[in-house]
Amino acid sequence: MKEKRFYRIRRFFSGTPALGWLLGAFGAVLLESLVGDPFSEILGLPKIPVLFGVVIMLKKPALIPGAFAYVLLIYAIPVILFTRITAKGMNWMADKLDKMPLWFSAALHLLVLYFTLDLWAQVSDYRLLLIKLMLIAIMLTLSLNVINGYMGEFSCSHPGFMALGAYVASVFTVGLFMNDRLFGHALLPAGIGQFLFPIGLILAGAIASIGALVVAIPSFRTRGDYLAIISLAFMFIVKSLIENLEVVGGPRGLSGQPDWATLPTVFIWAILCVWTINNFVESTMGKALNAVRDEESAADAMTVNTRKTKMIAFMFGAFWAGIAGGLLAHVLRYINPGTFGLQKLAEVLAMVYFGGLNSVIGSIVGAVGFNLLSEMLRPLEIFKWIIIPVLLILVMIFRPTGLIAFKHFDIREILKPKLKMKERV
Amino acid sequence: MPLLQVKNMTHFFSGLRAVHNYNLVIEPGEIHGLIGPNGAGKTTIFNLITGVYTPTEGEIYLEGESIVGMQPHEIASRGLGRTFQNMKLWRHMTVLEHVMMAHYSKLTYGLVGAFFGTAKRYREEAEIEKHSMELLDLLGVAQFADQNVLNLPYGVQRKVEMARALAVQPKILFLDEPTVGMTPEELVGMMEVFRTIHREFGPAIFLIEHRMKVVMELCEQIQTLNFGEVIAEGTPEEIQRNPKVIEAYLGKEEVE
Ligand SMILES: Nc1ncnc2c1ncn2[C@@H]1O[C@H](COP(=O)(O)OP(=O)(O)O)[C@@H](O)[C@H]1O
Ligand SMILES: [Mg+2]
Repeated sequence: MKEKRFYRIRRFFSGTPALGWLLGAFGAVLLESLVGDPFSEILGLPKIPVLFGVVIMLKKPALIPGAFAYVLLIYAIPVILFTRITAKGMNWMADKLDKMPLWFSAALHLLVLYFTLDLWAQVSDYRLLLIKLMLIAIMLTLSLNVINGYMGEFSCSHPGFMALGAYVASVFTVGLFMNDRLFGHALLPAGIGQFLFPIGLILAGAIASIGALVVAIPSFRTRGDYLAIISLAFMFIVKSLIENLEVVGGPRGLSGQPDWATLPTVFIWAILCVWTINNFVESTMGKALNAVRDEESAADAMTVNTRKTKMIAFMFGAFWAGIAGGLLAHVLRYINPGTFGLQKLAEVLAMVYFGGLNSVIGSIVGAVGFNLLSEMLRPLEIFKWIIIPVLLILVMIFRPTGLIAFKHFDIREILKPKLKMKERV
Repeated sequence: MPLLQVKNMTHFFSGLRAVHNYNLVIEPGEIHGLIGPNGAGKTTIFNLITGVYTPTEGEIYLEGESIVGMQPHEIASRGLGRTFQNMKLWRHMTVLEHVMMAHYSKLTYGLVGAFFGTAKRYREEAEIEKHSMELLDLLGVAQFADQNVLNLPYGVQRKVEMARALAVQPKILFLDEPTVGMTPEELVGMMEVFRTIHREFGPAIFLIEHRMKVVMELCEQIQTLNFGEVIAEGTPEEIQRNPKVIEAYLGKEEVE
């Protein structure tokens, strides 16, 4: 009986390809941007609910019916109607795209995704900030997954890599292009700075990778607990190093970063991160990480250069953590050493283990899910810090390797046209 | 020049003398056996030659070149393939991925190829996939290519491990008790695999084996090890007649 019901629900949703869902979401967001304001007024809501009504519902239970109706009428019903009505056409389009080069199809989907996010974010600065932080969280989670999931080391140094990246990128932009209390007059006009920002970020990633050698080299001989402690020590060393470095503001932190981490910038870097990491872990060179994790001596005996493999994993992971740190600094436009402490570590680890080890899609789900949950439950204040850990514990009990672990992220498969389940059998 | 030569190799594990004054010469294509009771030091000799441990004393030459102090992967890519007593398969990887992985040292696409998915990378990956499938086919396990290794029967796992070792394209193959725990039918299959490998690729084989039947049938030269020392060396017939061997080893087990 229950089986049958699930089957019907799945059948209901299974006929729509990714393109249909994306365009449906875009339609809903477009609808919101057109009629969202008057609509919320009619429903008695003070303004457009920022996060699917959840925050409003938790804050003012009296507004639950209104918020619920809003979500239903603006998001749920339009998306479902759209995907149902256009299913045939969307499948036809997806089929056509499937026959074209993958990069083209992927770029088209990403464009739709970008415009959806952009339009959604135009409603409030809060949404814009949330999306940027979410994209950065994806980069952090995925890059940590390379080390902790794909290679199976328990590394705690990620906030340290982020800090290196954040400070390097900040010194690059603030030092060169801004008039600043700490670094004096701008050396170069700010106008060209925006174009040179990628160089600053790559520099940030490179320095973080070099820092990663401090953890990578001990990993040649040490594994498990000892390496975890070494990596934790690295994080604290970076933190106290910055605290004692008065040139970059010491414990007071560093501010005045230009507003160059715009949504398109962060979006493109996040896509690059997902793309290169997924490319890497799907190659035999990248799968060497798995071999080293599962049975290092066998990897060595099968010609795998294990030291090089470990070094690549740490440096590559740190590179993206550094870039994510650089972007974060320019989203927040203020950083201090405290930003990159145990709290950050706990957050990133939670996202990796919640989403799923050894899985690109798991890391995306982990980062997005964790951030959404964390924001939606904000009105619960102290209870939020009971609910989230309990959820994490439940995931760990029922799925010890995370929600979506050990899955291949097959882009072609995701974008494929979807036949009705009925037709498939 | 011998393919593999070991001279006066001795190894201590913090005080325990595991191998003492060991010598070995293997010519190309030769099948060489190493027998001896449990704890005699057979696996240790494998680990010393393959670079897992560095011998306390002694010299090792592969095709005339000293390999003492090299990393195992460097020695392996010079043409030394091996299997393990306890297989050491990678628990989260498929059969095909196992065999492809052993092509690691032959990949030339580098990090650029790995990160950005260049055309060269896809070409090389396709090549090693093809080669891996050929090996799996030869050993009769190609139908399991996409399965995770842990889900497979023991005999199949052993063959996968063998295919993985062959992917290194070894000039010499080290096999550490490859038939341990096998049923008689699996054993017959495995003997056939050894013969196929030797016929197709002609590598020298250095075999640690407990079953007398296998050793006596396959090997041209046999060494008997006891407490880290070679106590007898010769052809299967000579070994079978040697009183020291009978006392140390054969006498305790039924000769099959
Ligand atoms: N890594 C090691 N550290 C210390 N002792 C070891 C190590 N490996 C093997 N030994 C010891 O060396 C001796 C030979 O072991 P091994 O080579 O595994 O024997 P075999 O393979 O002939 O059964 C045994 O006494 C074993 O306990
Ligand atoms: Mg042994």
